[in-house]
Amino acid sequence: MEPEWLDIGPVSQLPTLGARTLPVRGGAEIAIFRTAHGSVHALVNSCPHKQGPLSQGIVHDTSVTCPLHNWRISLLTGQALGEDKGCVPVIPVKIDSGRILIGRAEALAGLGAVAA
Amino acid sequence: MTHPIQREHLVVIGNGMAGCRAVEEILARDPAQYRVTIFGAEPRVNYNRIMLSPLLAGEKSFDDIVINDQAWYDDNAIDLVAGDAVVSIDRAAKTVTARSGRVTLYDKLLIATGSDPFIIPVPGKDLPGVVTFRDMDDVDAMLKAADGGGDAVVIGGGLLGLEAAHGLSLRGMKVTVIHLMPTLMERQLDEAAGWLLKSALEGRGQTILTGADTAEIFGEGKVEGIRLKDGREIPASLVVMAVGIRPSTGLGREAGLAAGRGLHVDDHMVTSDPDILAVGECVEHQGQVYGLVAPLWEMCRALADGLTQRHTGYTGSVTSTKLKVSGIDVFSAGDFSGGEGAEDIVLRDASRGIYKRVIVKDDRIVGAVLYGDTADGNWYFDLLKKQEDIADLRDSLIFGQAFAQGGGALDPNSAVAALSADAEICGCNGVTKGKVVSTIEAGACTLDAVRATCKASASCGSCTGLVETLLAITLGDDYAGERETKTMCKCTSFSHEDVRALILEKQLKAIPQVMQELHWTTPDGCSSCRPALNYYLLCAWPGEHEEDPQSRFVNERMHANIQKDGTYSVVPRMWGGVTNPRELRAIADVVEKYEAPLVKVTGGQRLDIFGIKKEDLPAVWADLNAAGMVSGHAYGKALRTVKTCVGSDWCRFGTQDSTGLGIQAERMTWGSWMPHKFKIAVSGCPRNCAEATIKDFGVICVDSGYELHIGGNGGIKLRGTDLLCKVETEQEALDYCAAFIQLYREEARYLDRTAPWIERVGLDYVKARIVDDATGREALRQRFLFSQSFSQIDPWAERAAGAEKELHQHIAEIRPFAVMETA
Ligand code: SRM
Ligand SMILES: Cc1cc2nc3c(=O)[nH]c(=O)nc-3n(C[C@H](O)[C@H](O)[C@H](O)COP(=O)(O)OP(=O)(O)OC[C@H]3O[C@@H](n4cnc5c(N)ncnc54)[C@H](O)[C@@H]3O)c2cc1C
Ligand code: SF4
Ligand code: FES
Repeated sequence: MEPEWLDIGPVSQLPTLGARTLPVRGGAEIAIFRTAHGSVHALVNSCPHKQGPLSQGIVHDTSVTCPLHNWRISLLTGQALGEDKGCVPVIPVKIDSGRILIGRAEALAGLGAVAA
Repeated sequence: MTHPIQREHLVVIGNGMAGCRAVEEILARDPAQYRVTIFGAEPRVNYNRIMLSPLLAGEKSFDDIVINDQAWYDDNAIDLVAGDAVVSIDRAAKTVTARSGRVTLYDKLLIATGSDPFIIPVPGKDLPGVVTFRDMDDVDAMLKAADGGGDAVVIGGGLLGLEAAHGLSLRGMKVTVIHLMPTLMERQLDEAAGWLLKSALEGRGQTILTGADTAEIFGEGKVEGIRLKDGREIPASLVVMAVGIRPSTGLGREAGLAAGRGLHVDDHMVTSDPDILAVGECVEHQGQVYGLVAPLWEMCRALADGLTQRHTGYTGSVTSTKLKVSGIDVFSAGDFSGGEGAEDIVLRDASRGIYKRVIVKDDRIVGAVLYGDTADGNWYFDLLKKQEDIADLRDSLIFGQAFAQGGGALDPNSAVAALSADAEICGCNGVTKGKVVSTIEAGACTLDAVRATCKASASCGSCTGLVETLLAITLGDDYAGERETKTMCKCTSFSHEDVRALILEKQLKAIPQVMQELHWTTPDGCSSCRPALNYYLLCAWPGEHEEDPQSRFVNERMHANIQKDGTYSVVPRMWGGVTNPRELRAIADVVEKYEAPLVKVTGGQRLDIFGIKKEDLPAVWADLNAAGMVSGHAYGKALRTVKTCVGSDWCRFGTQDSTGLGIQAERMTWGSWMPHKFKIAVSGCPRNCAEATIKDFGVICVDSGYELHIGGNGGIKLRGTDLLCKVETEQEALDYCAAFIQLYREEARYLDRTAPWIERVGLDYVKARIVDDATGREALRQRFLFSQSFSQIDPWAERAAGAEKELHQHIAEIRPFAVMETA
């Protein structure tokens, strides 16, 4: 049976208030973020504005500020915050025994949506 | 009105915190009921004893910590007998006798003698140089000892001992703390927090010996050191005993009052003699004695109510503790010993040095220990005191109030609004939220007015943010705010200037600490304040600053400029715009090897290689380093380029060696972080081919020397430079340049280029600092060079050698899985 979750490594490899990337099929990337409270979130690494790499932004509270033009994106919903409108797919994450698991189907579907 | 002489005579023994507060409470209820005499053993007015620690640390003066000055005694017709201790009480005659022989009749007697420091009975305890930490005389003795520098030993690693050690170490002494137990502050902190505390203090240069038992204090005629039971000797010219306190009950016992550990009192603070009351640390109420001020405020209220026929009664206190060591946040409340049925909720964040533990029993909080982030201390304490049911909050409890109550993080006001009226706002002066709000409603509509009226935030000031929030909530649109200048961002009520001043004043050295101490209203700031704070800290503490990469904009984190497609551009430094075949070859090789789509001459006289992938950056840098090139900081709020023209070496009009001077300037200033980018140019004559008059610092060479220009900007808003002055030698040109940069670094707001900064402060101000004040200029230059001694390290070389390689790598690769899935 296909596993539902993909283990992508220990939480300790994520910098607090930072992110790392996971390349997947088709050259796209998933960005995995860690907040100050230690919660972990994953978004498609592509800003709804002009595809800026969100993984390189500044993480604060539960949002990330895009490095290209400073849009703020919610890590919880993928929605652009404030005046800006747009949304990036969220990939489910769970932590099990200190390891990061991401939703397999969503990861791939989310990327399909972006690649299209 | 009753004539003063006919009023009942209230005599108070002890001019300390409880004694005077009790009198204040009585006067507030009925100013005419008593004629008051206060005896104080100390030869001074009433002051805030808990502020002796900041006083020792040099953060306060005696005047700052006075609670009631002489005018208060005069205005209220209180007879203060300072410096004359009471030596006996005659209950039958209803008199007290003072050391001077003075005998005073009382109708009501109030004993508020506090505690005596406990002295461990070891040989040498009476040597000169052995002091306790209880009153102003002790602090004076410590300050005198600290004047000579040298070694100090503090016996006792509790609250008092650590505050003494902190103060002495700030005063320049080399401090060793001797603590009997295995962890510091074991009565207030659990092991984990005690350990964090220990390592933080060690990081500040103190030596902490736990599990250490003092055998003897030795010295000929004065202290020379201590010897531990395990034989170790520690030299010391000062020994502070801070091992605990004992209620001062002698007077009462001798007069035959009932006493246990303290003088027994009932709920109205009356002792076994109905005409004698007692309050403060010297009492025992229902088996409890207290060593903190909060219970004493409650006792004083009950006492005054009792004396003025309002029998509310005292019911005991739950206490919380905060350590007053600037920059180290520790909070503890209630019972943290765990035990049957108790459950721990723990949050640790090692990278931020945070440890939080909330102890829950039957869905009620029974204790809390917070280290590193104590913002929620009051909230937990409030829930604890009220024994509120936290079942619904449980999952998010540990993340603090803002998080647990949902959405609050974005609205700081709602968190404060949610506090109950009796939640304590000002710990130093025991002022509740209700009291602050009623003070505001009664007309105190500025921070200063609140401070003057109810004393909230008038002592250590750490609740200033809370009080301001209460002003904002209570007054709504009517609250003008305290400050004319703009706040740094929505996360704080402080301006850039305030924050910079407070960083220095409070010795704040890390971003979480700044946010903690200055009451940031967001948990971890935002993308505007974090980079600014990181800069302010590195500027304030060169050499000590620890970088926070997560507070750097991506370009400064990756040491390259991010491009619209997520790749990076790489600009190596080309000193003064001069290059050579070896450098050009290395650049050419990089372009080919990494298939860079574009290489371009920049407007800053160097070459820019475009389209490099983040994974390839370290390798690119290694190749460029190998040819002797370092980062050009084309990505940084930092020294960018120094443009030059060919100058006197080649040009027929050249008056001086502009190329050489430009290279010297770049060698001196490269690597320096600034509020914004900073550009320099040197032109060899007034034809100005290097465009020096649109640079932050520009030099125009003339026959007789060098014209120095400042504040130019060729960007969005064109601004020509102002002439700063003319100097005669290259060295002077460099010295002025360094001083000017440092002034800009220290005083401009983050993201101000020199042009808007100078427009704001005025050219005259800059001239006064750089041209007219030679000593100040030299000091600025020295500070710049000192800071440069830490920042002229090529960030590329560190990365090329493998530092932070994870920034350039993916966390994992799952391509095989993906392929299998499609199959
Ligand atoms: C590469 C270069 C253009 C070129 O191909 O020549 C360049 C490229 C950029 N400039 Fe510039 N500027 C370049 C010389 C200039 C100059 C000319 C000069 O320095 O003599 C100016 C006007 C002089 C000045 O600064 O006063 C200039 C004024 C700006 C400004 C407006 C600054 C202002 O104060 O108004 C910005 C925007 C900003 O910094 O906020 C900017 C911002 C940028 C950024 C960083 C845009 C960005 O944020 O991504 C561009 C980065 C490109 C990259 O990835 O490398 N660039 N830029 C030049 C690099 C010089 C170097 O060797 O380091
Ligand atoms: C350095 C330091 C830091 C502290 N920090 C904190 C803190 O952060 N938080 C906190 O809650 N608590 C703190 N405390 C404890 C707090 O100061 C005490 O709980 C509080 O002062 C007790 O008040 P009191 O009136 O009972 O005693 P005191 O304030 O000590 O007043 C007693 C007074 O009575 C005088 N006296 C004694 N005998 C006689 C006599 N026979 N005749 C005349 N006068 C007499 C004494 O000289 C003294 O002035 C700290 C204490 C110290 C020393
Ligand atoms: S002028 Fe504008 S487009 Fe050209 S490099 Fe500078 S910022 Fe980019
Ligand atoms: S691409 Fe993210 S803000 Fe423009």
